[in-house]
Amino acid sequence: MLAIEIKNLTKEYAVGFWKKQWRPALKSLNLTVEAGETFGFLGPNGAGKTTTLKLLMGIIFPTSGSATILGKDFLDPEVKRRIGFLPEQPYFYDYLSAPELLDYYARLSGVPAPVRKQRIGELLGRVGLADVGNKQLRKFSKGMLQRVGIAQAIIHDPEVVFLDEPMSGLDPVGRHEVRELIQSLKDAGKTIFFSTHILSDAEALCDRVAVIHKGELRGVGVVNDFRSSLAEKTEVIWLGATALSAVNSLLAEVHVTGDTVRGTVQSGDLDRLLEKLRQQGARLISVMPVQRTLEDYFLAKTREEEKEAVTL
Amino acid sequence: MTSRLSAITWNTFREAVRDRVLYNLVLFVLLLVASAPLFSQISIGLEKLMLVNVGLSSISLFGVIIAIFVGIGLVSKEIEKKTLYTILSRPVRRWEFIVGKYLGLLLTLVVNTALMTVGFYLALLIFINGLKRADAMLLVAVYFIVLQFMMMVAITLLFSTFSTPIFSAIFAFALYVIGTFGEDLKNFAAMSHGATKWLAMGASYIMPNFASLNVIAQAAHEQNVGSGLIFSNTVYALLYSLAVTVAAVMIFERRNLK
Amino acid sequence: MNHGRKVTVVCSVLVVALFAGSIMSRRKVEDIRGRQATLEEVLYLPSGKTVKRLSLGYYSLLADVYWTRAVQYFGSRHIRGSERYELLGPLLEITTDLDPHLIVAYETGSIFLSQRVPEGAGQPDKAAALVEKGIRANPAYWRLYFTLGFIHYVDRHDYKAAREAFQKGSERPGALPWMKIMAARMAEKADDPNMAGYLWKTIHDTTTDKSIKESAATHLLSLRADSDMDELERRTQAYQQKFGRYPEEWSDLVRAGLLRGVPVDPKGAPYKLRLDGTVRVADPKLFPYIERHGGK
Repeated sequence: MLAIEIKNLTKEYAVGFWKKQWRPALKSLNLTVEAGETFGFLGPNGAGKTTTLKLLMGIIFPTSGSATILGKDFLDPEVKRRIGFLPEQPYFYDYLSAPELLDYYARLSGVPAPVRKQRIGELLGRVGLADVGNKQLRKFSKGMLQRVGIAQAIIHDPEVVFLDEPMSGLDPVGRHEVRELIQSLKDAGKTIFFSTHILSDAEALCDRVAVIHKGELRGVGVVNDFRSSLAEKTEVIWLGATALSAVNSLLAEVHVTGDTVRGTVQSGDLDRLLEKLRQQGARLISVMPVQRTLEDYFLAKTREEEKEAVTL
Repeated sequence: MTSRLSAITWNTFREAVRDRVLYNLVLFVLLLVASAPLFSQISIGLEKLMLVNVGLSSISLFGVIIAIFVGIGLVSKEIEKKTLYTILSRPVRRWEFIVGKYLGLLLTLVVNTALMTVGFYLALLIFINGLKRADAMLLVAVYFIVLQFMMMVAITLLFSTFSTPIFSAIFAFALYVIGTFGEDLKNFAAMSHGATKWLAMGASYIMPNFASLNVIAQAAHEQNVGSGLIFSNTVYALLYSLAVTVAAVMIFERRNLK
Repeated sequence: MNHGRKVTVVCSVLVVALFAGSIMSRRKVEDIRGRQATLEEVLYLPSGKTVKRLSLGYYSLLADVYWTRAVQYFGSRHIRGSERYELLGPLLEITTDLDPHLIVAYETGSIFLSQRVPEGAGQPDKAAALVEKGIRANPAYWRLYFTLGFIHYVDRHDYKAAREAFQKGSERPGALPWMKIMAARMAEKADDPNMAGYLWKTIHDTTTDKSIKESAATHLLSLRADSDMDELERRTQAYQQKFGRYPEEWSDLVRAGLLRGVPVDPKGAPYKLRLDGTVRVADPKLFPYIERHGGK
């Protein structure tokens, strides 16, 4: 079953003094997320990630297009009982204590009273805030607030969790903790949709990613593909610059430093290259598949437009 | 629905209390106590008159100030600080949020007014030496003041849904002043002619009328307020507040939040 | 956005309906309280000075509000032909306490106060006191002396006080020449019936208040009718002396050469000739200020 299905979702803002011009913030987004999937929504700042999340949460309304969450219209209040949301750099009612805040949100999500108390205690322990007591949130550190934020997003045990930049603004320890929390949600079988501009987080957690740039979806990929199967090219290093002339036609790229040659070859041509080098008596130093990383993918997708601009 | 409404109402009340809004009570008590020596300076008959005027006027004024200064932030602050995001991503209807906020501030004002009224009656007891049966009439004046708060909260809430706090405060205060001269405004309108007259009359009816809700002077002079007036004023304040609140809901329902 | 549009439509209908309901209940409230409810608060106000203290410095704005209230009060009572204007005095008192330089409140307000019931409140003494208060606060404004003299003459019939007022006013720098003429005439023949006409004419030509202008015009017409009828009665007397009986109709006088035609009043209707030789206007309602030729 699809957890999220987004169809032609478009948001335009009226700009200018007379509100006559339209500036698109999101251009006809199509996206699906499977149930149980951890989906990364990548893009540089201002790409339209937060706009998409705000649309899905019913905070702003789309200019056109629609979406379903768990098979129902995304604005259906019934849907909202089953989803959780952590906004970007959240601010909470700072006159409340953590248990009070969670109790308030649990009430709003319709969690029955007997369950409420138990879940609050349990969750506070899970996010490492068991001992904060009745301290008001105004005295919390940023990392603590982020953990409260995650707690409020899952207080009602939702099936789909939306997280907007959950790691931004945190120190390395805080990031690690939040990453662990997301991992545990993933292990519990939740569907997780999170936006980030930190690629290593996405790489570590996501099953699939989408890249969005300037309000446009640039591509969707499976993270494991980047890791294993994608050794399209292999880097070969050997000693013996004289052998170069015999193999030059096979190489995609070549760098010579003294007698050391570093060449890149299409993986299909690897055997022929190695054979020829052996014939030439070159001494092999290393053979390594070239990993295509998420970063490459991301850069490629976000730079497409600039390339187009150049060729134009 | 009711559990969500009561949660928002209760949270709004809690915020006001924890933001020390009720500290105005201290000021109120100080005002009553400080004016006590003044009472003994003037003649016996005026003593009670003064106390009633000072007491009821400050109950009204303090409440209006709270209604305006808490009210202008009710919605705009939640938008500004993005706390609304975590509310609207839950099964909370937008109208529930508005109505819950409205009831929360009204609850704050009712509690505040109730405490002040108790203080006021204590002052009557201490300075004037005892209560009379006619003093029950003072409660009608207090009730009318609460009706006035009902309307003021609706008005500030309406402004809060589309305007910045500072403008909301200015608009709301302007409407308060206009409302206290509500009947004069209608008289002004009645003096003009032709199309202007109808426009002005329409405008004067859209403005709140607080003049008929002010019976402080009558109460001080131990004049009776008829039950017909109490009933009609209640209906008026309820309908007006509802109209303004529905207008606030209408704006808020369609609003794209920042 | 279908949902959004539906919400807007439903809410708009609700808002309109609720506002309509609130207006209806407000009218009910106003009916119960009565039209003058706001004004009655002046009965509870110890003085204009208290109001001034409570007005946080917006004296003149509040004075305008009270002046409007006074005009409204007077106007609505006047239309209903009421004989009681008990709030007018206090309202004017508060108005002028708030803004002692609000000339119109003295000039127009005092005439409201001093005229005979039902044309005014019938309180000429209070009116004179109000104008004297105005003169104290605005000594340079000579026209107030005219108003004072007018009230003394027309409503209080105190010719000596009237003469003094005109005299003092004419001595003020900037006073127009007619003020001097007025003072001189007043000194010569204070009981000349033309004097009142003269004063009303001045009021009529100088006032900015519509109702006072109308009132002055009516006064002038009444005065004219009065003097017309004085003259006509003199002629019926002459006829009686000549023929030993009163004329039966106007044509008798014409035939006797005492009149050129059928005399008409300032409104164009023929005067009524009565059997005892006295004269009346056809419709006394049009001439409410006739003094010497009223009654049956």
